[in-house]
Amino acid sequence: MNTRAQIRMLADGRRLHLHDGPIDLVVEAFGVAAEIEAAYRAAARRFVTVLDELCRELYFLRQPTRANGPQPQGTIARRMVAAVAPFASETFITPMAAVAGAVAEEILQAMASSAVLSRAYVNNGGDIALHLSPGEKFAVGMVERPDRPSLFGTMTIHSHQPIRGIATSGWRGRSFSLGIADAATVLADTAAMADAAATIIANAVDLPGHPHIARVAACELAPDSDLGSRLVTRTVGELKLDDIHDALSAGLKVAESLRVANLIRAAALNLCSQTRITGECAALSVADSVMEGNLIHA
Amino acid sequence: MADDAIRCDACPVLCYIKPGRTGSCDRYGNQDGQLVRLDPHVMLERAQSRGESLVPFLEKTREWDGTLVSDAETFVTAIGAGTTYPDYKPAPFIISSEVAGVDMVTVVTEGIFSYCGVKLKIDTDRHLGAECSTVRAQGEAVGHVTTGEYGSQMLSLGGVRHLTGGSRHEGTTTCDTLLNLCNGKSVELEIEGGAKVVVEADKPPIVDGVQEERMRVGCGSATIGMFAKQWFGKVDEVVVVDDHITGVLSEHQAGKLLGVPETGIKMKGRRSTPGRYFKVAEPGTSWGGTSISDPLSILGPFDPEVARPGLRLLMVSTTGEQFAYYELDEALRPTEKELPASLRESVIRIKENCEPALCTVLFVGGAGGSLRAGVTENPVKLTHSVRDALTRVTCGGAPVYVWPGGGITIMVDVSRMPESAFGYVPTPALVAPIEFTMKLSDYATLGGYMDHVRPLNSIERDNEGRQRVVPRSDNPWPLRSAGSEK
Repeated sequence: MNTRAQIRMLADGRRLHLHDGPIDLVVEAFGVAAEIEAAYRAAARRFVTVLDELCRELYFLRQPTRANGPQPQGTIARRMVAAVAPFASETFITPMAAVAGAVAEEILQAMASSAVLSRAYVNNGGDIALHLSPGEKFAVGMVERPDRPSLFGTMTIHSHQPIRGIATSGWRGRSFSLGIADAATVLADTAAMADAAATIIANAVDLPGHPHIARVAACELAPDSDLGSRLVTRTVGELKLDDIHDALSAGLKVAESLRVANLIRAAALNLCSQTRITGECAALSVADSVMEGNLIHA
Repeated sequence: MADDAIRCDACPVLCYIKPGRTGSCDRYGNQDGQLVRLDPHVMLERAQSRGESLVPFLEKTREWDGTLVSDAETFVTAIGAGTTYPDYKPAPFIISSEVAGVDMVTVVTEGIFSYCGVKLKIDTDRHLGAECSTVRAQGEAVGHVTTGEYGSQMLSLGGVRHLTGGSRHEGTTTCDTLLNLCNGKSVELEIEGGAKVVVEADKPPIVDGVQEERMRVGCGSATIGMFAKQWFGKVDEVVVVDDHITGVLSEHQAGKLLGVPETGIKMKGRRSTPGRYFKVAEPGTSWGGTSISDPLSILGPFDPEVARPGLRLLMVSTTGEQFAYYELDEALRPTEKELPASLRESVIRIKENCEPALCTVLFVGGAGGSLRAGVTENPVKLTHSVRDALTRVTCGGAPVYVWPGGGITIMVDVSRMPESAFGYVPTPALVAPIEFTMKLSDYATLGGYMDHVRPLNSIERDNEGRQRVVPRSDNPWPLRSAGSEK
């Protein structure tokens, strides 16, 4: 059995914490007590094999995805490939771009199919899968920089909207980024798609060749990175306001094309405290106080 | 592959990590060619009112938000503090703070315990193995069965003999087992000639693949005593099956007092006192910790002189998890029938009275001379100060039990400590946080390193690598002034 995985309730007695290797999930379900318990048991049962399943196909999952290429075995791996497939013909992307969202989605599905829940979320380090039964909603807080959690806005996701996934990507986060976005937050129908799209959009917020941006080959930092020798952002020095707008516009153009293609529903791009928004989070409210039961999106 | 990268084997991702970098988890890193765990230094912050608790596991260090926390509200734990062992020099952190007008000091260090172990209390009646049987993890001997105490089986794991007295592999496996147990992870143990059991602090044990649900309410005889009145009139005979003491209602003192007539029942096993039987079956993992699956197997034929057809018999285990109801046929043979509703309630009540079965992990270690030397130039004075209750000892802010007798040997419930509080060194030995808190004036008296005392706010300002956690509300606050204890 997997003795690495940690499965425990957080001290608030409400949220479940699942941890294994680099995977760290905070899970919360809402409903009657017996259903919540059933959901948490299902989540824990599904969770214990997740890392081993992914690692079995890790080599494949670190290779660039090709349109109509071979399919992996695992259900999470398949979610990852499906999420990055729409981008594969246009750009370099590996299924790893959707790993966090795909894991969140898989655990959420295990819960929702084993219990009757009014709402639930699985937060995988900021990549979040949502479950909403009719009439329910989630308030979501957004942070400007993943390394410095402070809310810059909130938004409300209602059950009648198709959004069930949220993800954020940026060079300050845990994963490498080819771009300079502090944070690109994406709302999409699934968490895996939000994750993949956030990666693509954050990469597109960029100023190629700008002297104040330090980049280094990913493999110099992490020899086994799926990004190989591609240059990833290490530091972003002072940028002029015009440059910031140019970088955000480049990202926004990509975000809008994804929205028109119905791959995402909304995106919020952040660079040096400047924000650009496309899509349904135009309903984003900076003044709203964060409601109870919120998600802090770090 | 670059020569200077190392492979991390903490999880199946098997990251190659360059010097100065971390793996994909951000928790393990390559420090000068060594794989190290990079947990932030934990500070407990008294904020129970907030309700919110433990800071998420992987949260990055936050920048200092500029607020000043009043001294008494923050306690610096030794988790991640490091150690100066084996050097004869002051502990890494000696911190002063003012609590209710009294200057207090906390000496914070991580102790390296190569003489340490874990006492495991496993709430189960099931037979896990005979006393002194070897307990193995991953095939290596890591401890032994000690005793059965009340409704629990006690194991002793680790200790110097397994950690450093055996083969290298035995030592590292023992260290790994202790570390996992202390950090709240689950561990599979195999008892020689006994059961396989999966244990995890504060979780139910899993014995031979079956998760234990409840502790028994008492032995079979005690159960008869507790429920005799509720059974009286609803059933003619009750047998509470127990590996230790099986109880029989009609013969038991409680039955006699109520005037329960004889039933002609014949029990196997050895009669101890009326209505109390030893060794009705072999120990096992079924009914009441016995090996039986058919409860009738512990009965002989009913005495035809006394028994009568239609006699009603309830057989139940000490946890109420197993039960069966019989009536005697014309040949005085018990025939199984559906449990009447009037008896179902009593079975449910037995079950209700059985508390959830858990595993409890107590870490036991002694603060040796060199650890004490990090606190004072004259280590024995620290022992005296602890003895005299002038110095409070905590582990990661959690209360400890200090054993009477010589030295500072402590015992702490790991589930009351912040998560992942323990580490290890390849010696093999466990690294555990330990804090000594006392009045600043007492610290001076015992020969403390007064020139190394620094105020708490100097630690708080230098927030690099610090993680704030909210303490458990059921732990006493480590900085409460001496004398305020009940």
